[in-house]
Amino acid sequence: MELQPQAIQRFRKSLSGKIGLGLTIALVLLALLAPLLRPYNLAADQSYVTRLIAPSAAHPFGTDGLGRDLLTLVWYGIRTSLLISLVSVGFGTGIGLVLGVMAGYFRGWLDTIVGWLTDILLAFPSILLAIVIVTVTSPSLQSVIIAVGIVQIPIYIRLTRSVVLSLREQEFVQAAKALGATPFWIIWRHILPASLSPLVVQATLSIGTATLEAAGLGFLGLGAQPPTPELGTMLADAFKGGYALSAPWTTIFPGLVITLIVLAFNLLGDGLRDGLDPRS
Amino acid sequence: MGQYIFKRLLGLVPVLLGITLAVFLLLRFIPGDPAIVLAGERATPDQIAALREQLGLNKPLLFQYFAFLGNLLQLNFGNSLISGIPVIDEIRTRWTATFELAIAAMLIAITIGIPAGVMAAVRKNRWLDQVLMAGSLLGVSIPVYWLGLLLVYLFAVTLNWLPPSGRIGIESGLNFQPITGFYVLDSLLRLNLPVFSDVVSHLVLPALTLSTIPFAIVARITRSAMLDVLNQDYIRTAKAKGVPDRLVIFRHALKNALLPINTTIGLQFGTLLGGAILTETIFSWSGIGSWIYDGILARDYPVVQGGVVFIAVVFVVINLLVDLSYAWVDPRIQYR
Repeated sequence: MELQPQAIQRFRKSLSGKIGLGLTIALVLLALLAPLLRPYNLAADQSYVTRLIAPSAAHPFGTDGLGRDLLTLVWYGIRTSLLISLVSVGFGTGIGLVLGVMAGYFRGWLDTIVGWLTDILLAFPSILLAIVIVTVTSPSLQSVIIAVGIVQIPIYIRLTRSVVLSLREQEFVQAAKALGATPFWIIWRHILPASLSPLVVQATLSIGTATLEAAGLGFLGLGAQPPTPELGTMLADAFKGGYALSAPWTTIFPGLVITLIVLAFNLLGDGLRDGLDPRS
Repeated sequence: MGQYIFKRLLGLVPVLLGITLAVFLLLRFIPGDPAIVLAGERATPDQIAALREQLGLNKPLLFQYFAFLGNLLQLNFGNSLISGIPVIDEIRTRWTATFELAIAAMLIAITIGIPAGVMAAVRKNRWLDQVLMAGSLLGVSIPVYWLGLLLVYLFAVTLNWLPPSGRIGIESGLNFQPITGFYVLDSLLRLNLPVFSDVVSHLVLPALTLSTIPFAIVARITRSAMLDVLNQDYIRTAKAKGVPDRLVIFRHALKNALLPINTTIGLQFGTLLGGAILTETIFSWSGIGSWIYDGILARDYPVVQGGVVFIAVVFVVINLLVDLSYAWVDPRIQYR
């Protein structure tokens, strides 16, 4: 994928792309800076005295059921959320890419088996599949990443396979074959670069979905386990602790931040699509 | 057409085998002895040994899988470890709750999503289009479990307009005999208006919550399908002939844009069944989703296993039906 000037120009024209990029940069900066700018220590600053305090100057987002400062919690939650979604999308894209390229390029029995695996993975509604995987591997940060990643795999198998299928019949690929290039060389030098654009767009949109799914697992009590601050788990704590409705700030702020993260990547994905893939 | 349907049904077999194999193998991945896990914490060594024998755990893995498959074919999903009730009986009483919720959510998504998509397409790039599309983007970005909590906070706690959870009020539940298990339908069949309004008021918030994602997707697909059709020559001809805008949009354009919209609705319906697990949990909706969730918390594996197989199979069958109906509705599709 070469970044053509037209692609950048088209991206710059896209309002959603610009808003998405701005939001994404802001969120990533917030996540990176969290350890530097911490007003409260999550492990030490918890007590029943400061339990469920409404938003004030000392605690702009209020405090949670354990008396922890919600702003600090949510801030660290952004880190966890971005970590889970970036790593899991990388994991899903990587495996899906390899399987999709092999299935599309070599066809035959390999294509049949990969197609079968894809159909099976797609037969489970994604959140359900993730739930089952986490249940079996017991909830932790790693199992959430693996579960959310596995759910993404079939999307990338389908996407790369279809791109490769159309590319392998192109003249430049045929020419490389005629010159005696090995399959590995053709895939590495010709097929992969040409299939990157749709993959980048899809991966950006997937980060949004992955964030929602990871927080959904957290909400069901299957997410990253305490003391890791996780946005979905904060909602679950408020819901199960019975103070979601009496202390609404404990749900409003974590939920708002999840929405903001998902929105940022969806907008960015829309903008990237306008730039990289103008036909769709 | 008959041959095509047969071929598609045949293609379903390896996928169904794969689903059952995946669920079967996942259960083996649980750390520790499945018999000990399945028997529960209070089981005696004798009970565990009996269960191991009953499950055939001392036999080869392939044999175990075929035994599991044989049981599934006889609709024997085992018994819940907690309640002891056969899993299949639970599925029988609960599936209607999940379907009722999913159907209501889909109806909301369609009645708001299609007009929104049409209006956005007709006013392309104007402020109405931008507002509607921003709304649909928000619809796919907002976590449903959070939206559910906000709706409960606003409509049930603050305004006290609607009940916060459950399918039916205590009073209505006492004097109400369901017929089909679809409470809205049953209350109408029994001509019981107080129960009808009670059941509908319980349905509103969960259905609204579950409808946000399909609404957003239906609105987006409708907009792009309408834009495709509105650029066609016959639309220009109709306009040139002086056909009023309203007729052009609804009779000529929307009718032809409905095909991709239909497909999307079908595929989204399958997804709703899975998505219901979160919504049902928030609203204590006694369907398959909240039941699987309770099963997970209690480590009630037969329940998880049966529920997951059920939802996956229904999901695959619905997607197949959507594909078939698509081929049936659009004569341009060739059956190969």
